[in-house]
Amino acid sequence: MDSLSSSSIAALRSDSEATILFSDVWFGFDEGPILRGLSFSAQPRETVVLLGETGSGKTLTLKLATGLLRPDRGAVHVLGQNVSDKSEQELLRFRRQVGFVFQEGALFDSLTVGENVAYCLEEAGASEEEITPRVEEVLRFVELEDTSGQLPSELSGGMRRRVAIARALITHPPIVLYDSPTAGLDPITSQAIITLILRLRDVYGVTSLMATHRLQDGFALANFHFDPKTRAVRRGASADNARPAITRFLVLRDGQIYFEGSPEAMLNAKDPYLQRFLI
Amino acid sequence: MEVLTDVAKQTVLKVQDYAKLSARSLTNLFTRPRYGEDTLQQMDDIGVGSMPIVLLSGFFIGAVMVLQTGTQFQRFGQVSLTGDIVSLALVRELGPSITGLLVAGRCASGIASELGSMLVTEQVDAMRAMGTDPSRKLISPRVLAALIVVPLLTTISVFVGLVGGMVASVFSLRLSATTFWQRAIAILQFSDLMQGFTKSVVFAFILSTVGCYQGLNVRGGTQGVGRATTQAVVVSSVMIIVADTFLTKLALYLADKL
Repeated sequence: MDSLSSSSIAALRSDSEATILFSDVWFGFDEGPILRGLSFSAQPRETVVLLGETGSGKTLTLKLATGLLRPDRGAVHVLGQNVSDKSEQELLRFRRQVGFVFQEGALFDSLTVGENVAYCLEEAGASEEEITPRVEEVLRFVELEDTSGQLPSELSGGMRRRVAIARALITHPPIVLYDSPTAGLDPITSQAIITLILRLRDVYGVTSLMATHRLQDGFALANFHFDPKTRAVRRGASADNARPAITRFLVLRDGQIYFEGSPEAMLNAKDPYLQRFLI
Repeated sequence: MEVLTDVAKQTVLKVQDYAKLSARSLTNLFTRPRYGEDTLQQMDDIGVGSMPIVLLSGFFIGAVMVLQTGTQFQRFGQVSLTGDIVSLALVRELGPSITGLLVAGRCASGIASELGSMLVTEQVDAMRAMGTDPSRKLISPRVLAALIVVPLLTTISVFVGLVGGMVASVFSLRLSATTFWQRAIAILQFSDLMQGFTKSVVFAFILSTVGCYQGLNVRGGTQGVGRATTQAVVVSSVMIIVADTFLTKLALYLADKL
C-alpha cells in the first residue's frame, strides 16, 4: 500500500465534481488573440494531454483553468464553479483545490524543500503537528524524504520537479495541472516523473491536465498504470474497472483544438500536421 | 501623433498601476492575513543591512558640512554658528534625503531584483496558485518595514552627522565640542524634527513601493530584471528629490502659518 492514508484516497475517489470545462474561451495579448474559441472538457479521473507547438497556448490554457489568467471571452468551469467570474480574493481560496506543477518547478528558492512543500498548509493556518507528518508523507511519495532541509538550488532538475509535484499534492487536490513536467530532462528522469504522475493518478485518482511537447509522455500515461498493491508500473489499463483511468489527447493549433481523441486515434491519424508529432 | 498618444496612454496606465499597488500595500496592513515574520525579516534586511552605509556617509556629510560652512563663517567671525547650520541642514534636509537616496540605491534595487526574479521564474504565479495574495506576502511587509526603519536610520544618520560635524569643528575650526552641541540642539524646533520625520516616512514609502512596482512589472526575462533594477533606483531617486522639494515648501508654509 502506498504511503497515503486510505481514508484520504477514498475521499478523493468519491469526488465526482472533479471536472474542467472550457466553453468558447478567447484569450490574447496586445499582439492579438492566442486562444480563439477553445472548448473542451475533462471528466473525473481523466488525463487530458495538451499538445501543440511552442506558443500555441498550452500554458495559457492551464493558467486559465486555475484563474491565474482571465479569458477575454467565454467561460472556464472547474469543479462546477465558474472560475472566470470569481474575484481574485475568491480565486485565492478556490485555487487551494487545484494543484499546479509549473514548468521549471517554480519552487521558492529562499525556502527549504520542506518549507516549500509545507507552504500551502502553513498559509491555510494548519498546526505544526498537522504539517510535519503531511510533509513527510508527500516527500516519501515522491521518494525525496531525505531532502527536507535542503534548498532547491542544491537539487537536480528532476528532483526539483518531484518537489514541485509534492508541493502540488500536499492539499490532496482533486485536480492537478502539469505544465511540461518533463521539459529539459533526460529520458530516465522524464520516465521517473511520468511514473510519479501515473502513481498520482492511480493512487489518488486525480483529474489531470498535462501540457507537453513530448508525445511519448502522453502514450506512457495511456498505456501504463501503477499498481498500488505491488507498487509497480504495469502495462495496460488500471485494474480498477469501476473507474478506469482515461487518457485523451488534445492538439492545439492556431488557438483552437485541431485534434481531440484517444491515443489510438492519434497514432493512426493520417493528417500530415499530426504526423509531425509522431516522428 | 499616434505614437505620442500611445506613450501618453502607457504612462497614465503605469501611474494608475503604481497608485493601485501603493494603495493596496497600505490597505492590506489593516486586514488579515498579515505576515509579521516577513516584515521582521525585511526590517533586518533594509534596516540592519543599510546601517554601515548610513553611518559612514552620515559621519562624513556632517564633517564636510562643517568644513564648507566653517570657512565662510570664519570670514565674519561667526564660527560658533556652525553648530546651528549643520544641525538644521541635517535634521531638515540632508539626513532624510541622503538616507532616502542611499536606502533607495541599496534596497529599491534589491527589492526590484528579488521580486523580478521571482516573477520570471513563476514563483509569484506559484504563490497565487497556492492561494496567497502576492500583494500581502511580498509588497506590504516590505513597505511596512521601510516605513519603520527608514525614519530610524534617518535619526541615526543625523546623530552621526552631528558627531562628524563636531569632530570637524573641534579639529578644523578650534570650536569647543560643548559650544557645537549647545548651538546644534538649541536651534532645533519641533517643526524641524517633524519636517525631517515626515520626509523620511514619505521617502521610505516611495523607495519601497517603486522597488515593488518595478519588480512585479518585469518584462523580458533576466534582461528585464536588470532593467527593472536600474529603473527602480533611477525612478525612486528622482521621486525622492522631487518629493523633497514639495515637502520642503509645504513644511515652510505650515511653519509660517502655525
